[in-house]
Amino acid sequence: MKVKEIKDILNAKIYTGQEWYEKEIQGVFASDLMSDVLTTEFFEDKSILVSGLNNPQVIRTAEMLDIDAVILIRGKIPTEETISMAKENDMVLMSTNSNMYNTCGILYSKGIKGLSNEKNKKL
Amino acid sequence: MKKIKSYKYQINKNDFVNAGKVSSAIKRNLKKIGFTNRIVRRIAVISYEGEMNIIIHSQGGEIELGIFENKIEIKINDKGPGINDVNLAMTEGYSTAPSEVRELGFGAGMGLPNINNCSDKFNITSSKDGTKIQSTIYLE
Repeated sequence: MKVKEIKDILNAKIYTGQEWYEKEIQGVFASDLMSDVLTTEFFEDKSILVSGLNNPQVIRTAEMLDIDAVILIRGKIPTEETISMAKENDMVLMSTNSNMYNTCGILYSKGIKGLSNEKNKKL
Repeated sequence: MKKIKSYKYQINKNDFVNAGKVSSAIKRNLKKIGFTNRIVRRIAVISYEGEMNIIIHSQGGEIELGIFENKIEIKINDKGPGINDVNLAMTEGYSTAPSEVRELGFGAGMGLPNINNCSDKFNITSSKDGTKIQSTIYLE
């Protein structure tokens, strides 16, 4: 599913990264705990992080793992610092009014599977 | 084995404003040198968890990156106060982080286990004078 289609089905507001609308997304991980995110094996160049954590660390964490897009839930509005950090890292940053459960449910129903962190010995 | 290059970065305690900057710089440097994304990601996670640990738990410290022909070594050293029970700290989910830190998305008790999981070789020693972590990643 393309970034643009994800933005549309989640009725999300996009803060940066419109240039990546055509990028194909294959996997999602959702968490407010950044250390849990850091245990996860993401698909390079094809992954989304859904989070309720609205601060620059969510972008830093995504940066470390080469995650392409971050979706904030429950209509959270990122700070200027968070937006500019996402820009610097060529990342998509959007915010949806849906809550965590519904956001994940919508993405799952469209065939985007969750990423695993069960047996991630080496990233 | 000959050391090709090394970098050293200072990290201050409670410096949440700059949290992650060192790891970001390390990641950029390694990419520039031309290591594979997979290797760079593993080192980025090790460095980022180490950097957050220094900021959250210690009196300050440093991260040293050594690049050798066949491996990369990351040393994460702080100035104390040390970890009371290293075995407990290595347990997934065990955390002593205060609630402000949890609000930042950290303090889930996964930091040291993550560093261990991303390393090919991992060693930790801790006393009241400081905690020393040495992590090695072998180059494919």
